[in-house]
Formats: sequence, C-alpha cells, structure tokens
Amino acid sequence: MTSGNTTMTRDTILKVEHLSMRFGGLMAINDLSLEARRGEITALIGPNGAGKTTVFNCITGFYKPTMGMITMNRRNGEQHLLERLSDFEITKKAKVARTFQNIRLFSGLTVLENLLVAQHNKLMKASGYTVMGLLGIGSYKREAEGSIELARQWLEKADLIDRADDPAGDLPYGAQRRLEIARAMCTGPELLCLDEPAAGLNPKESLALNTLLNSIRDETGTSILLIEHDMSVVMEISDHVVVLEYGQKISDGTPDHVKNDPKVIAAYLGVDDDELEEVMHEELDGGSL
Amino acid sequence: MTNAQSPAKEAAPGVMAQAVKEGLFAGILAFGMFLLYVGIETYQNIDNALVWRTRWGLLAIFVAVSAIGRFLVVGFFKPRIDRRKLAKAKAGIPEVSDDKGFFHRNFLKIAMLALVLYPPVVVSLYGVQGSLKFVDNFGIQILIYVMLAWGLNVVVGLAGLLDLGYVAFYAVGAYSYALLSQTFGLSFWVLLPMAGILAAFWGIILGFPVLRLRGDYLAIVTLAFGEIIRLVLMNWTEVTGGTAGISGIAKASIFGIWSFDVGASNNFARSFGLPMSSAYYKIFLFYVILALCLITAYVTIKLRSMPIGRAWEALREDEIACRSLGIDTVKTKLTAFAIGAMFGGFAGSFFAARQGFVSPESFVFLESAVILAIVVLGGMGSLTGIAVAAIVMVGGTELLREMEFLKHVFGEDFTPELYRMLLFGLAMVAVMLFKPRGFVGSRQPTAFLKERKSVSGSFTKEGHG
Repeated sequence: MTSGNTTMTRDTILKVEHLSMRFGGLMAINDLSLEARRGEITALIGPNGAGKTTVFNCITGFYKPTMGMITMNRRNGEQHLLERLSDFEITKKAKVARTFQNIRLFSGLTVLENLLVAQHNKLMKASGYTVMGLLGIGSYKREAEGSIELARQWLEKADLIDRADDPAGDLPYGAQRRLEIARAMCTGPELLCLDEPAAGLNPKESLALNTLLNSIRDETGTSILLIEHDMSVVMEISDHVVVLEYGQKISDGTPDHVKNDPKVIAAYLGVDDDELEEVMHEELDGGSL
Repeated sequence: MTNAQSPAKEAAPGVMAQAVKEGLFAGILAFGMFLLYVGIETYQNIDNALVWRTRWGLLAIFVAVSAIGRFLVVGFFKPRIDRRKLAKAKAGIPEVSDDKGFFHRNFLKIAMLALVLYPPVVVSLYGVQGSLKFVDNFGIQILIYVMLAWGLNVVVGLAGLLDLGYVAFYAVGAYSYALLSQTFGLSFWVLLPMAGILAAFWGIILGFPVLRLRGDYLAIVTLAFGEIIRLVLMNWTEVTGGTAGISGIAKASIFGIWSFDVGASNNFARSFGLPMSSAYYKIFLFYVILALCLITAYVTIKLRSMPIGRAWEALREDEIACRSLGIDTVKTKLTAFAIGAMFGGFAGSFFAARQGFVSPESFVFLESAVILAIVVLGGMGSLTGIAVAAIVMVGGTELLREMEFLKHVFGEDFTPELYRMLLFGLAMVAVMLFKPRGFVGSRQPTAFLKERKSVSGSFTKEGHG
C-alpha cells in the first residue's frame, strides 16, 4: 500500500487511499481504500447509509474529503489527484463523468441539446471561446456538426433517437436514466461513475441498461464505477465488487467471492448476536494479523 | 347542436337559482367590503377637524355592480362558454391548432417594416413638430426599455440569475458617456462601445464576489449593489455632480458629418434647408436605438446557439448537473452578467445622449423592478414576448399621460399617470393568472435532428441563481 504510485500498474484507473469523510460528529467514510481497474466494471454496494454516495461525491469533487488521496490515472499517462481538483475540473481534466441518484437532466432543453451541453468544453475551444465562433472564423462550424454527430451516435446507442427533439423532461423515467448516461458519455470520460443507474427501472429496462453498460465498456473502453442495489445488475455485469458498511470496506473481490462472503451476508441479512460476535472476532483477528 | 342544447335548457332553472344565489352573495360581500371604504368618507372641515359624511349612492352602485355582474357571469356567460366548449369537443376540433395565419408566420418581417416606417408615417400624419411626441415618448422610450429588458433577459431569462440591481449598469453607461464626453470631448460613437465595455467591466467586478450566492441571496445582494452605485453617484459630488446630476451632455451626431447642435455650422436642418426643429434629432435617435436593439437581438440569438448560450440555459435548468459535465459555472455566470451589463451600458449611454442630462434619480430601484417585470411578463428567454411586454407596459404608461378625458370623469385633480404602478400590478396579476409563463412561455430549441419543436414552458425552469 505504502509504495503507492510507483508500483501502481497501468491497469489501475482509480485508486482511493485512506479516504475519510466526516460530517460534524458523523464519520461517513472511515479509512477506505479501493481500486478500480481500467476497462472493468467495478460495483460499489452496501446497505442503505453505508456511505456509497459519499464516496462518489468525494471522487467527483462534490465533497472535499477530510482525509485521504484519490488518484486518477489517465490513458495518456497523466495522473490527477482528484481531492485537489474542483468538481468541474474533475470532468474537464481528469475525465471522470458521473450521473446522479435523483436524475439531473436539463428538463427544459431537448434531448439533443442535453448532449450538446455535455460537449461544452470541446465546443468552447473550437469556437475560440465564443469570439471566433461569433465572427464565423475558425473550425467552430465543423466542430458543431461533429458534436451533433457524436450526440446522434449516443442517442442511437441509448435507443433515444426518436425522441431527440423532445424536451428531456418529457421522457419516461427509464429513458431519462439512459439519457443521463448518454450525456455523461458525451463528455468523453475515461471513468464513468453511475449512482444507482437501475433504480426505479422495470426488469426489461434493467436488461437494456445492462446491454448499454456492457457496450460502453467493450466499445469505448471506458471503465465504469457503479453504485447499485439491484443485485441482478451488479452480479450480471460487474467484474469486481466492493462492499461497504458503516463507511468501511467489508469485502472486495469478484461477484462470486463477495456473494459468498459471510460478512456481506451478515451485513445484508443481519445475524444473531452470537454469530455477530463471531464475525467481529474474525474481523479483529484479521486486523491484528 | 340540438343535442347539446336540450340538456342545457333543462338545467336552466337550476342555473338561474344558482346565479341568483351567487349574485346575492356577491352583493353582500361587496356591501361588507365597501361599507367603510366607499360608504363613508372622511375629510377635514374648515377648522381642520376630521369629520365624516356618507356616500350611500356610490355604495349602492358598487354593490349593484358586483351583484348583477356575478349574476350575469354565473347565469349567462358560464353556460354559454361551457356549451361552446362542449360543442367543440364533440366536433373534435382540437383547442390548439397548428396552422398559423399569415401575420403569425411573417411576424418578424411585418414588425421590422412597421418600425422602420414608423417615423416617416408619423411625420406625414402630424407634421415635423407634431411627430415629436410619438417618436420620442412612444418610440424611443419603448425601445430603450426593449433593449434594457433584452439585456436583462440574458441574465435572468437565459442564465436564470435573479438580478435586482440591473439599473446600476444602465447608470454606469449613462455616467460614462456623460463624464467622458464632458472631460475628454469624445464623440458619441467612440463612447458608445466604451460605455458598454465599462459596464461589462463593472458587471464582472460586481459579479465576481456575488455569483457564489444563489437564489434569494443573489437577488438581495444585487439589489444592494444597485443601490450602492446610485448612492455613490449621489454623494461623490466632485465627480458626478451629486443629486444635481450632469447637464449639457453633448448630443450624438450623424457620424460627425451632420450635427444637431443649434449653433454648429454643419447643423442637420441647416444643411438641408429645413426649418429648425428638435424632431430631426429624435428621429435620428429613434433609428440609433432601433439599430442598437437589433444588435442586441442578433447577438442574443447568435449566442443562444453557441456553447456559451447553451451553458447559460443549462445553468438555469440545473447548476449541479452543469458542474458534473465539466462546465465552469462561475465563468459561465460571469459572462452572462457581463454581456447583460454591456447591453445595459449601451442603453445607458444612449439615454444620456438623448436626455442631455443625467442624475441619480433616473436610476432608482423602481427602474430595475420595471425592467424585471417586463422580462417576466414577456416570458423569460423570449425576445418577442419581451418586446410585446415592453410595448404594453411602457406604451401603456405613456398612453395614460394622454388620457385627458379621464379628468372629466374623475375630477380636475385626477392625474392618470400616478396610477401607472397600479395598472402595472393589475397587468402582472392578469398575465400571471392567464399566462403564468409570460406572453411567450415556450422556448425554441437551439439545435434539432429532424424538426424544431418548441419546448413547452412547463418543462423549463426559472433558475435558482
């Protein structure tokens, strides 16, 4: 652990080390360390209130962690310490995009416009920070057409092409979820953080979501970090699962490994008091070793 | 049709009973409400003592109007409207039809033509001197507010930042023109862009500390900044002339070729052998402000379809989502503030050149409120709606001044323009009741794949700062 950055392989895209987040007297995350590997889907699960969304907010800069280090390794070899960047820089420079647990679309803009807003930084540069674009000089026009083309590709992938010119607020719930993912992908991220993407979806929509996420991973090589309660999604698509409880990691491994971990079962299903003691002892032993 | 009418006729006695009941109730309510307001009048007698007298006749009229009015509405108007709606629904005619009339389709062209032809038409109707009132009070006055409201629209309507101190930038523009032209003798055409840049500069300076606030907090602080600028203008007597203001500000010229100064050798009227009149200057100013308005509209429309304009609208919809997409919200807000302030500055320098006099009194909070009211009434974000709102509100108040005949109704000491705020309020209540999103509540998308469908106002948000 201490050797840190030097031994970090090119395969690790995100490394969270000794992360702690305190809200007043509440320790929402307590000394959490985890890794997400490039080109994989990493799932973060845990009971309600385990601190999953807080971890996300720390990674994406919406919270400043009390302690700890979050390192993002970009494909081009750049390293960014996310805890030092502000939220919009994390998307802009470190190429980490996110979605929200309660969908946050621009409901008064059309579906297409939502995807164009996501390409803001690229288009701003092309339009010479508005000045050149206003005067009609430079590559803005070509770039603007390119951005519509990219939006069209994502709309097709997310099966929203027929609704492209409708206001985003007019879409049904499942489509809004897919649009939010498509919008995050339009920022050109290397790591996509999804906060409960399957919440409120019916089984058919869940299945479509699985397909979409798999195709994102396989076709664009984007790594995915997701929080999810829906175990059919988690066990189906994730390559690696991290389990949190009370702000601490209780298990980490392949879906099969996590599924059979007694601590995870205890956390999810609850255990008798004597059994709990057993588990606690185990934990203490593990800690002292 | 017969089907529709027969049940209505059967129900008629019930409707009549209901109407009588509601009419009586309205009468009692009106009696209770107006008994003290209208029925009794207090006045001072010759000994300065407060005495009262009754006005039963007037009270009876008030009560009768409410009772009969309610009776008619419930007994006759409502059933008729309901029957018509029912008949329409039976015939299968949708309430909203998509095909637009000739006027609707060519609205922009017709409006442009009317505006360009307005001064010559007025001159030919009322003569050169007689046109003054129409060009100045109804033309220039309205267009200044159109421009100000379009400028504020960038901040409030597009970016969703509630700015209650917009008039500060108007003041910065006006005073920059007044001071710079008096101190350095620079011409209007040099100072116009400079006033805009200075106002934008102040927009950034004020915006920088303020824009980390949101919603109500932002509104209060911008209100305070507006007042601070006015107080500085009022108290920095050595530079701004204090409450007395600055007078004798140079007039604008036609690009330095013709002047409107009476004594100048290249005076416009003299050069063309026309009789001396201040109307030529006003007509010239009308075209200047028209051009400024068109530039404002052009830039706003252009910016809306650029990434920065889309970011403004996205900011209005959801700021947190904006940041998650890598948009620097502080910079985006600052540009909106600066662009809005710049238009305010242009309008301000034009105002100074038109009046020839500026004083802090022209830049009170009420002005900010009026401009904001125009933006809200017009429909936030819609240029057409805002222009219509400006015509109705500003033109309406100017029209009140013309209503001399009201003096015959309400007595000699009745000054109709004092009631403009009351009418403003009434108009706002009416618009908010019938068109809660303003005259034009829908929004035109800036890009489309297959067809451009306007977005209904129920989806757009007002922004939270």
